[in-house]
Amino acid sequence: MLEIRNLKASVEEKEILKGINLKINAGEVHAIMGPNGSGKSTLSSVLAGRDGYEVTEGEVDFLQKNLLELSPEDRAREGLFLAFQYPIEIPGVSNINFLKTALNEIRTYKGLEAISAKDFLALVKEKSQLVELDSKLANRSVNEGFSGGEKKRNEIFQLAMLNPKLAILDETDSGLDIDALRIVANGVNKLRSKDRSFIIITHYQRLLDYIVPDFVHVLYNGKIVKSGTKELALELEEKGYDWIKAETV
Amino acid sequence: MPEENEILDEHLSGEYKYGFVSNIESEKAPIGLSEDTIRFISQKKNEPEWMLEWRLKAFRHWLTMKEPTHWPHLTYPNIDFQQIYYYAAPKQKPQYNSLDEVDPELLRTFEKLGISLDEQKRLSGIAVDAVIDSVSVKTTFREKLSEMGIIFCSFSEAVREYPDLVKQYLGSVVPPADNFYAALNSAVFSDGSFCYIPKGVRCPMELSTYFRINEANTGQFERTLLIADEGAYVSYLEGCTAPMRDENQLHAAVVELVALKDAEIKYSTVQNWYPGNKEGKGGIYNFVTKRGICLGDYSKISWTQVETGSAVTWKYPSCILKGNYSIGEFYSVAVTNNYQQADTGTKMIHIGKNTKSTIVSKGISAGFSNNSYRGLVAIQKGAENARNYTQCDSLLMSDKCGAHTFPYIEVKNKTAKVEHEATTSKIGEDQLFYCNQRGINNEKAIALIVNGYCKEVLNQLPMEFAVEAQKLLEVSLEGSVG
Repeated sequence: MLEIRNLKASVEEKEILKGINLKINAGEVHAIMGPNGSGKSTLSSVLAGRDGYEVTEGEVDFLQKNLLELSPEDRAREGLFLAFQYPIEIPGVSNINFLKTALNEIRTYKGLEAISAKDFLALVKEKSQLVELDSKLANRSVNEGFSGGEKKRNEIFQLAMLNPKLAILDETDSGLDIDALRIVANGVNKLRSKDRSFIIITHYQRLLDYIVPDFVHVLYNGKIVKSGTKELALELEEKGYDWIKAETV
Repeated sequence: MPEENEILDEHLSGEYKYGFVSNIESEKAPIGLSEDTIRFISQKKNEPEWMLEWRLKAFRHWLTMKEPTHWPHLTYPNIDFQQIYYYAAPKQKPQYNSLDEVDPELLRTFEKLGISLDEQKRLSGIAVDAVIDSVSVKTTFREKLSEMGIIFCSFSEAVREYPDLVKQYLGSVVPPADNFYAALNSAVFSDGSFCYIPKGVRCPMELSTYFRINEANTGQFERTLLIADEGAYVSYLEGCTAPMRDENQLHAAVVELVALKDAEIKYSTVQNWYPGNKEGKGGIYNFVTKRGICLGDYSKISWTQVETGSAVTWKYPSCILKGNYSIGEFYSVAVTNNYQQADTGTKMIHIGKNTKSTIVSKGISAGFSNNSYRGLVAIQKGAENARNYTQCDSLLMSDKCGAHTFPYIEVKNKTAKVEHEATTSKIGEDQLFYCNQRGINNEKAIALIVNGYCKEVLNQLPMEFAVEAQKLLEVSLEGSVG
């Protein structure tokens, strides 16, 4: 699915990622944890192709393609989805219209016909139930006036609608209360399948109680310094990040 | 990414899509402006003596006036009014019984514009009074409208057939001496549309006129007069495209609307005249006076405009709210790109009691363009309980363009309530990236974001016009983020 080899990247000439290696197979869920400033969000931005992040070394293969050569929209069309830490508001553009445009762009890229209005509405109905999204929100402007929890649920709703191969959840748990967290996690769990992989970027182990990962990686100072199974997350929760820092010095 | 660059290049080098020139022979007045020119025009149109006198009076007044150059936020070279042709009419003057008799070249022009008359006739249920250069060529659906007593015809025809109505209302909203360009128009106006909706009649279809400037160096001086009698309703659409030219073309139209008691007029414009090339060469000068008067109680006038064209625009569709409880509305989207300049807005003059006005203005500037909103809200002494709400937003697409707001508020009655809100924002990289990440490319993303931004205004347009306007916004802003 995804293979990252010795990935180095800088922001404004400052090196943030200092050689990441990571291999993700279809159907796997990988959690990436780490203290603030370790490069977690930079990694998701680089993978999604955000402007201002310069890749200085390394390769990323995504479904047998050179990911770094693709435009951000083509990465999305190939099946890479990023659930934003801070979802963006687009005033005056309804969620539905936004998603229909996105879905049809992806379908056109794959050589498929535009989805019919009837099928689209059926899909909206089905997928909004997945994250218990109020149907009113579907018709409101994209993220405008949404609460923090609604924005995050909307990200998962979009994930469900666009049906990607690899989904990166960038601190999706931040700013969520326990009920919202449970709803979001349930949604994600229902979307897990043998064909779809997840990268879950999080600061806390809390989310991983609900979305149980196959692997846990600790990112520190631009490198993956430790990898393990879900027990590693518990260990981190117990001991904090300091022992990792101590080990890597 | 080579592919992306190709697409971008294609968009950036995209020429004005309606820039073709049709080869219809035309009959011109001699170049320049004098009393003789005006007599020539009047004679060509078989006008009665009173109309000629009216023109000459306006012309004599115009001679005493100065071109307004200091107050608008616009820069352009001085216009030599003696280097302009003031009259050009297609040579074959059409008095047809069927479309078969129409000059095939003319029909092809209509087809290129997507307004072929037979298609209009057959499919759309819209009566089109199509104007090529200066003379109304074909009017459709006249019979159906006349059954209801609705008059919808060319201005010249109205002068001949309905002189009383014309005499009563012509110049009553925009007097010939109102301003420099209104005076010029009053002297030399070539043709335009006339519309009268009788008492209590609700016009069953959208009335529509397509304007087109077609002759090099021909000023286009349209005159529109629209009267809604007591309790009448009409929705009027005005849309334009023009062929590309190197020289600047002057356009100075006058539109007058009169709404009597309980009447409502909805006037929608989509304007897409040639804006000049990417270096700012050529393009139309659009100096328009549009004004409506709510003469009777409970009357309403609503202006909606989507302006994407012209090199220089100077235009303030206004409402005089004379009747008690009358309502004035102005919804506007003005887009400027490359080196376009627009100074546009509205005036709401509250005279009657309990009058209400709403202004929603959305400016979008891209490239090196300048986009100004200029608006006046005047509450006169007797206008008890007048209300105004103004919302004035600017969206910047580059860091080389300008957005300016000049709101004027004059309140002479203590019971007035006037609200003004203004915002300026830049199209966000975050918004674009968010769209990209969902599979939407920049061009589509911009279209989506801009259409969202303009939604309040686009919602005011009749359905078929809104679709056209949306497409126009996309075309106008292609490749413009920087």
